[in-house]
Amino acid sequence: MIQHEREFGFETRALHAGTPPDPATGSRAVPIYQTAAYVFGSTEQAAELFALRSYGHIYSRISNPTVAAFEERMASLEGGLGAVAFSSGLAAQLCIVLSVAQAGDHLVCTQNVYGGTVTQLSVTVRRMGIETTFVPVDDLDAVRNAVRPETKLIFVETIGNPSGVLADLRATADLAHACDVPLVVDNTFATPYLCRPIEHGADIVVHSATKFINGHGTTIGGVLVESGKFPWSNGRFPLLSEPSPGYHGKVFTETFGEYAFLMRARAEVLRDIGAQMSPMDAWLLLLGLETLALRIERHVSNASAIVAFLKTRPEVAWVREPALGSVFTFGLLGGRDAGRRFIDALELWSHLANVGDSKSLVIHPASTTHSQLSDGELQKAGVEPGSVRLSVGLEDVDDLIWDLDQALRTSAE
Amino acid sequence: MILTSAAQRGELLERARTIAMVGASSNPLRPSYTVFSYLRRQPGYDVAPINPTIHDVDGVEAFPSLAAYAAQRGAPDVVDVFRRPAELVAVVNEAIAAGAKAIWFQYGVVNDEAIALADAAGLDVVVDRCMKVEHARFCGGLSMGGLNSGIITSRWRPATAATTREETQ
Repeated sequence: MIQHEREFGFETRALHAGTPPDPATGSRAVPIYQTAAYVFGSTEQAAELFALRSYGHIYSRISNPTVAAFEERMASLEGGLGAVAFSSGLAAQLCIVLSVAQAGDHLVCTQNVYGGTVTQLSVTVRRMGIETTFVPVDDLDAVRNAVRPETKLIFVETIGNPSGVLADLRATADLAHACDVPLVVDNTFATPYLCRPIEHGADIVVHSATKFINGHGTTIGGVLVESGKFPWSNGRFPLLSEPSPGYHGKVFTETFGEYAFLMRARAEVLRDIGAQMSPMDAWLLLLGLETLALRIERHVSNASAIVAFLKTRPEVAWVREPALGSVFTFGLLGGRDAGRRFIDALELWSHLANVGDSKSLVIHPASTTHSQLSDGELQKAGVEPGSVRLSVGLEDVDDLIWDLDQALRTSAE
Repeated sequence: MILTSAAQRGELLERARTIAMVGASSNPLRPSYTVFSYLRRQPGYDVAPINPTIHDVDGVEAFPSLAAYAAQRGAPDVVDVFRRPAELVAVVNEAIAAGAKAIWFQYGVVNDEAIALADAAGLDVVVDRCMKVEHARFCGGLSMGGLNSGIITSRWRPATAATTREETQ
């Protein structure tokens, strides 16, 4: 039994939360529990597990010890009650939607979000009978006016991708709570090192763990963290507060109290959509989290040096300096064609569709990540046709600037 | 004393042996049944239901009152309460009369007068917490479900073959 009452700091928890020495072997690194299923101690114990009356692993589609270690560490770092990990960030988002909404329900999402999120909600989720209204993140009146009696959540990104627009989390959370709905925040670009949305009133945080959490561009993953503070029994969420046919008539809010959302997200929705994280991927993400604070400090200092460099360049029309983080866009005076020449001339920066790698990355959003959006949607998402997105990595900043310098010269030729 | 920290709750769970659960239900869908069936399978605990309207919970015979429990089994280490807030002053008086050392009010089972009464009588008091969840926090159950246990340690607490399944289930 542990008898101290110390509240450990962020960096200590990034190294230790969720991973005490392995009880079976004393292994200091978390073991990769590469197993599909777990032996029951007895038929009685199996029955208790299936009825959700005792804690334990049954089958790795629902839970796994290595994945659970990653989930607990994320919950600790975001200041939440618990977490559920998924095979990708979009799978985590879909699980949040399906945990609270069904056909006939409605969501509110800000326009300034990742193109993949817009497509998921406006095409695939809409086909399931759940409508989404998209509103500007900085227009709280529009957010309020979009909420209907059947609205189940409000979704924002801490830092809009790629617009860089910051959400006013406290004001949006207050608005959401006044409407009896939870605020869901995609915190991928900020990471819990730079911003912990739950501290600002958010109810659920979601990440693409593929980005800064992994940090090395090796793993696709997603995770949701819930605060445990939202009153799911307020009458608006029958999926949580009425008997569930998926669990022998269990009422999640009654049986699990503050754990109701997390229990339903795992035991019903993750179980049924089957988008679980693999133990190997969880292990890589745990390794990434160990250095999150160190990496983000360098990402941010390198980004700030590069912003200063770009502002001095005659080829650059504008720089959208990041208020937070190390992913930002800038525009070339030569527009779309200059943008293409610039990207093709780079030697060290990798041209690919990802962010948050230790390696520096570059992309032209209008023709790639946001290419499914119409011109109107592009404009609403804050993406100009000629904008270039940088994800500043951890190389020697002089080398990054050298490469930008030669490519800018080529772009203007 | 009102126990507000996780460490204090952990200490109480470690020293407790006998638990009398007031308001335990025989309906498997009720939260009290879930907590009862979990606690009674943990090594070191002797858990009894207190409920005059039922015969047993999960095969364990119920006592009609805390007084009946104390007469047969002695003072309970902890009285775990699943009752409406309006009934809590009476429950606390019965717990004091039964010689209980601690009283544990489950989620939503909150009554300020009852809390003050138990505290003044020298009982350890836990408020608006689940005994199952707090037990699971310290024995690894929460961690298995990706829940934030708050536990940070580099000391090895080995699981022996005989206890692994039971202590962590």
